[in-house]
Amino acid sequence: MFFLSNLVNGLSLGSIYAIIALGYTMVYGIAKMLNFAHGDVIMVGAYVSFCAFQYWGLPPVVSILAAMVFCTVLGVVIEGTAYRPLRQATSLAVLITAIGMSYLLQNLALLIFKSDPKNYPAQIIGMPGISLFGGQLKISGVTLVTILANVVIMVLLTLFINRTKLGKAMRCVSEDRGAAELMGISVNRTISLTFAIGSALAAIAGVLLCSAYPIFDPYTGSMPGIKAFTAAVFGGIGSIPGAMVGGLLLGIIEILSRAYISTQLADAIVFAVLIVVLLVKPTGLLGKQIREKV
Amino acid sequence: MSEANQKSPLLKVNDIHVYYGAIHAIKGISLEVYDNEIVTLIGANGAGKSTTLNTIVGLLRPRQGTVELNGMNINGISASKMVSRGLSLCPEGRRIFQQMTVRENLEMGAYSRPAAEIAESLEEMFQRFPRLKEREKQIGGTLSGGEQQMLTMARALMSRPRLLMLDEPSMGLAPILVEQIFEIIKELHESGVTILLVEQNAQMALQVADRAYVMETGLITMQGRASELLHNDAVQKAYLGS
Repeated sequence: MFFLSNLVNGLSLGSIYAIIALGYTMVYGIAKMLNFAHGDVIMVGAYVSFCAFQYWGLPPVVSILAAMVFCTVLGVVIEGTAYRPLRQATSLAVLITAIGMSYLLQNLALLIFKSDPKNYPAQIIGMPGISLFGGQLKISGVTLVTILANVVIMVLLTLFINRTKLGKAMRCVSEDRGAAELMGISVNRTISLTFAIGSALAAIAGVLLCSAYPIFDPYTGSMPGIKAFTAAVFGGIGSIPGAMVGGLLLGIIEILSRAYISTQLADAIVFAVLIVVLLVKPTGLLGKQIREKV
Repeated sequence: MSEANQKSPLLKVNDIHVYYGAIHAIKGISLEVYDNEIVTLIGANGAGKSTTLNTIVGLLRPRQGTVELNGMNINGISASKMVSRGLSLCPEGRRIFQQMTVRENLEMGAYSRPAAEIAESLEEMFQRFPRLKEREKQIGGTLSGGEQQMLTMARALMSRPRLLMLDEPSMGLAPILVEQIFEIIKELHESGVTILLVEQNAQMALQVADRAYVMETGLITMQGRASELLHNDAVQKAYLGS
């Protein structure tokens, strides 16, 4: 039962990583850049939903929606102002800009909300938990919502990418920007859309993360951000199912190492597993080796 | 074409200069394509043929000179807006979407058109290229080189272009497939598609084209009726190996 309860917790944490990893992997796949500010958008999402609920007294669902809208706009603005002018620049320049953007967001949050941690209200996801096996296995409402949200997001996103015109346009841009443009697809608009989706997902991840681990501050996004990035690489960066698998595995490995091996070593173990996977399969678990046919 | 000269050209490229950084790749070329013509641009590797096409379609910007489509200046319009203006380019090296199915590739070709019209054009393409019909559900990357070339052309035709530009359609194909591709080009021409064809295979290109321009290091060195250039001594020496 101890194992089962840890497994459920791992799934829940893994679901959060998976939702964040989606943002990394989509932006990487389509814009070919690593958006290291993505983790901090999570933090912004947490603060916006917190303010909406706590200070402005909005209902929970509206608070979450407000966070999503805010982060969507933020993501599009970040892409348009910071990354778009660098579309032709070297990837190193873009990477450094992304790191700079990450610090900018953290420091803006510090300026506005100060550095002391806040307590995330449990009422935002006010779902009662359930208990199974005569009370031996308790699953909290947040855990249930998190796992469910992950499944719903995955299904919707997969349908969107594979079935809709805009989703197909995203796949085209991801494969061949020049050819996509020749089809009449606006590359800039497609990349904006990718940032919009990724950032909306980051807002959801922020709400879920802070509901599960309620103490948060302006640095809250960075560690989960890095772990989710790891998850994306682990699963094969650029691949949506890869982000899902990578995120879930990473969450489960982290929680199980914490439970059975050592709390201090848990992060080290997570990253060691990543290194081993990359040694064996450099493109990640589900990553594809792209071969060019000449 | 004497009768064509009285009309205004569909495409008019006017003294364009294109640079890659400091490199002066196109040094002032002008050319015209009239409705229902096949015009070919031949020349050696690195002469600037693809650069010219990429400039016309808006992937590159000329530093000087103009490109006019139907009398309208289209300089500075982004490539993604050219399709809806009737310009379609089959890029060099096919560039099909390798991870999408044949059908999806074709649908992307009609991206700028209303969804209701796509089914009809798909049917048309499958009739013209029965091979693609057989491969409809297959992933693009699994097609052979010749099939990929057919797919690129069909994809470009899905936008119902007024001017179809083909960049080295015969590149890397076996001789029998090259003939097949040129057969298709002829058929397209007969059905009324206007074509600007860039080729290294000068022999084949001059045989299907109405008019031709010969390019050398960023300049047009010769132009005229394709049938005349085919028998021109200088052209024969330089490009036809006889």
